[in-house]
This record gives sequence, C-alpha cells and structure tokens, in this order.
Amino acid sequence: MADVLKKATREGYGDALVELGKEHDDIIVMDADLAGATRTGTFKKAFPDRFFNAGIAEANMTGVAAGLASCGKTVFISSFAMFATGRAYEQIRNSVGYPRLNVKVAASHGGISVGEDGATHQCIEDLGLMRGIPGMAVLNPADYYEAKKAVKAAYEWDGPVYLRFGRLAVPVVFDEDCPFEIGKGVELKPGTDVTVIATGLMVKEALDAYEMLKAEGISARIINMATIKPIDRDIIEKAARETGVIVTAEEHSILNGLGSAVAEVVAETVPVPVVRVGVNDTFGKSGPAADLLKEFGLSAENIVKNVKLALEKKAK
Amino acid sequence: MDSSLKKQLAVDAAKIRLAIIEGTFHAKSGHPGGSLSITETVAYLYRCALKVDPKNPHWADRDRLVLSKGHTAPALYGALSLHGFFPESEIARLRKPDSFLQGHPDMQKTPGVDMSTGSLGQGVSAAAGMALAGKLDNKDYHVYAILGDGEIEEGQVWEAAMFASAKGLDNLTLFIDNNNLQIDGCLEEVNSPYPIKEKFEAFGFTVFEADGHDFDSIDQAVTAARAVSGKPTAIVLKTVKGHGVSFMENQVGWHGKATNAEEYEVAMAELKAALKACEEA
Repeated sequence: MADVLKKATREGYGDALVELGKEHDDIIVMDADLAGATRTGTFKKAFPDRFFNAGIAEANMTGVAAGLASCGKTVFISSFAMFATGRAYEQIRNSVGYPRLNVKVAASHGGISVGEDGATHQCIEDLGLMRGIPGMAVLNPADYYEAKKAVKAAYEWDGPVYLRFGRLAVPVVFDEDCPFEIGKGVELKPGTDVTVIATGLMVKEALDAYEMLKAEGISARIINMATIKPIDRDIIEKAARETGVIVTAEEHSILNGLGSAVAEVVAETVPVPVVRVGVNDTFGKSGPAADLLKEFGLSAENIVKNVKLALEKKAK
Repeated sequence: MDSSLKKQLAVDAAKIRLAIIEGTFHAKSGHPGGSLSITETVAYLYRCALKVDPKNPHWADRDRLVLSKGHTAPALYGALSLHGFFPESEIARLRKPDSFLQGHPDMQKTPGVDMSTGSLGQGVSAAAGMALAGKLDNKDYHVYAILGDGEIEEGQVWEAAMFASAKGLDNLTLFIDNNNLQIDGCLEEVNSPYPIKEKFEAFGFTVFEADGHDFDSIDQAVTAARAVSGKPTAIVLKTVKGHGVSFMENQVGWHGKATNAEEYEVAMAELKAALKACEEA
C-alpha cells in the first residue's frame, strides 16, 4: 500500500488562522501557554499584535475573550480540549454561551490519540460538554483540509463555536475542495444495508471499514458528520429510513457525543437500532496513540464487528 | 465636589435605593443587601464618570461597567432607569417572566448592561477583555467593574488581576465592595480574603481606598485611579451591607431575600423620607 499523507487537524487550525488573519483585522487569538502545541503559535508569529497569551489560566482566558468579543472582536481561544472545555466549562457556558458572544473555543488534543500523556490529558467528554450549551455549534473535523474549512466556517458563523482538533497526524482523506457547511453531514459512500456515521479521525476508519464490508458483500453507507451540533437531522432520518440500522463512530465517550446525538434523532424520527462505537465510558491511558486507538476499539476492524452486530439487531 | 452636584447624587442614590426595594419586593426575591452597599458607587458612576449614551447603549466608544457581583442587579437597574436607558415602570417587573430585567444582568436583554454576569468571578475577566480591546483599537474609553468582597475568593479574580497587570491595562478600574458580609457570614468566618489592598497591590494594581457611602471619597478615589498610567487600578470601598434601610444594615440575612409587605412599608417610608430630606437639603 502506498504511503498515505498524514497531517494533524491542529495543523489545519494553525494554517487557517493565518489565512483568516490576513483577511480579517477583527480576529484575535489567545492561548493558555500551549501555543506551540495547539498551533496558535503560527498565528502569533504572523500577527504578534493580535495574539495574547493568558498563561495557564483557562478560566480567565475565556472571560477575557468574552470581553473582547463584546467589543466587536472575533476571538479564537485555544488550549487542550481537556482544559479548554473542562476547566473553563462554566466560563464558556455563562460568559460566552449565555450572551452568545463571538468566541470560538478551538481546542487541540481531543480524544485518546493524545497518546503517552495519558488519561488526565485525554479528553473524551468535550463534545458532550459543549453540545449541552444552548446555541453552541460543535465541530469535529476529520482531516487537515476539513479542519481548515471548519475554522473558516466558524469565523463566518455568528456566535460561539467549539472546534475539536487532534494531536495525532492522521491520514488526509479530503482535499481543498471538500464541501463544508456547519450543520450538514456528507455522504461519502452510498450504501443500503447499514449506515456508518463517523466523525473526526473515525471517518478514515469508517472508509476503511466500507471496503472491508464491501468485500464481504455488505453495502454500508458512510456519512461524515463533522458538525455534532446543530446535528443534521435530515441525513440521519434518511439513513434510518433507507438502511434500517445505524452505527456511529467517534473518538469520544459513547455518552453525550455523536452517538448520543444520532440516537436522539433516530428515537424521535425513525426508530431503528443504533450501535455506538466510541470510548466505552472509561478513562484513557498512556501509550502510543496508534496502539491506544486499536485497544479502545477505535478502528475499522471494530466498526466492521459492530456493523455485523447491528445487522443482527436489524434482522430481529 | 460642589454642593449642588453632591445634592443631585444624594437624590440619585435615594431613588436607586427605592428601586432596589421596589423591584425585589414585587419579585418576592433578589439581593437587596449588596445592592444597597454599592448604591452610592453606581449613582456616582452614572452621574459623574461613565461616558454613556442611553439613546445608543451599544455606542462603541462608551465607557463600560461590568457588574461582576451580578446578583446586585437591582442597583444597576435603578441607575439605568434613572438615566433613561429604560422606563422606570420596568423596575416593578424585575424577575418576571416577561421582563427584560433578569435576576442577574443580561446584556442581550437589557439596554445599558455591558456584560452578562452572575456567576461570581467571571465579570472581572470580561472587563479585562474590554479594556484590552480598548487598547487594541486605540480608544480612550475606561472600563469599570464592581466586585463583591466575598467574590474575590474566586480564583478567577486573581487570574484576571494577574492578566490585567501583565498587559498594563490602565484603562481598567475595579471596585471591591467591602461590606464584610457574604451569604454564610462575615468574611473572616467563611474564608478571609484579607488583606484586600495588599493582595491587589501584590498583583500589580495601584489601589485606593474610599468610603463607599461618601461621594467626595468615591470621587477622589476615581479621579486618582483615572490618573494612574501603565497599571490597572482598584478601589476598595468600605461599605455597609443594607445601607439606608435601618433593619437591613449589616445584617447578613438580607443578602438574598426580599421584604414582606410589612417590611416593605417600613423600608419605603424610610427611603422616601431620606429622598425628601435630600431634595430639601
């Protein structure tokens, strides 16, 4: 197999910020002493006057961003997903979400693919935390190009947005022309037996699972759901009606993330079985990211396994 | 300060106090104690310090006031209605489902409210952000925030203080309403934040002290704070919780409850007499 180009979604964030910064003077970027890791350092280098380091103080960073936004700035704030959404949850909720300010919480190091740093730094609850805040858009791009598109869409979006990026270099599955619209899922492969709805780095795994299932004569529809909120109800309802069973795949707890969002829509529209692939309500641990992803079942093989389980449920 | 201005301020404060008792009584809830302790400060800011326009509350060059101790919204609402941001009749609808006067300030709903607050410790960060925006845009507006003395037990206050100082935000002034009472008792009983002045000084602020019920004292502190360059400023206000209503003064029980009908009559009679005295002075 030829080498696949790999690039972390956080690289897309850093590059998109610089591109946006050239066009828009209102963009301010803040970080909490992780500018190198989150890639806001790229923006800092290009626009030092519009970059502010809050130091290791995520709560204050979030509040300062709210104040800046109230004065007409569009503010991107970054840290690791754990601290951006966990430590500063209530600041995001009350100082950003409630007043609907133009703050974009752009976090890197989402999920267990953080790797060796272990569970304290592997946030698997962020999508759920952010999804629960009224009016918050929640984006989880799958690759470098989609990440860039997501950053630009977040800038254009009026109001608060959460963006999740990863530390790990992941295969590039899209290109510069990939469609991106907040609130819209994208069907990547047609299929009739089952639908796999994936987000983030699990999109590539779902595409690999598609080929494995095809080899076994199973027709799987693959949907990329980069927007967790507002969730694309239409594409889910259509998939439920046309394929009769859904498998979700995310690098996040199976609680409160993509799987939950999909199950909510399915339960209210076309109730069919939903099987969730994700982190099974457990903490992560230290180890090489690739090994952890395999161990925690965030793989094409485990999607295939769960698709078969789902098909059994469908048959009942 | 000349005597006619001082008289006007006393009248303003008396009217704001009436609004505090009126609003919380009709709402059957709210926070009169800490509202009454910041009344002179709020009266002073809206009459003498804040460059604002009631006709254009979102004016980009205006001064900002963040009520970080958001539960004392009744004092803010009293001042805003007094200065024409909305009709006085709205005060009696405080906390009602169809009113734009929320229990805690809401910038999306209420004209003249610069930041949604209520969760303690958060407003001061927003105020720092506004001050930073002013620096970035080369605007000469000033940002004020009012904090409770119990509120400064929140760690975020000190994160914000560190930030404001590190970024040289001399267009930011914090008031600390030092009435020495918080919900569970006096500050020392709960978790002492003292010494307040020295703490802010250690965080890089220039700090002034004032009698929070004396307009000359407030005026001197604000004037001095505005003259400071290169550093953020703080003004520690010595105040009495419940000030102006005899049975509420220095009583922790009046932190977060409204008067009943009988208490309301007594409080209103006292405040109306005080207003009359000010007007006739």
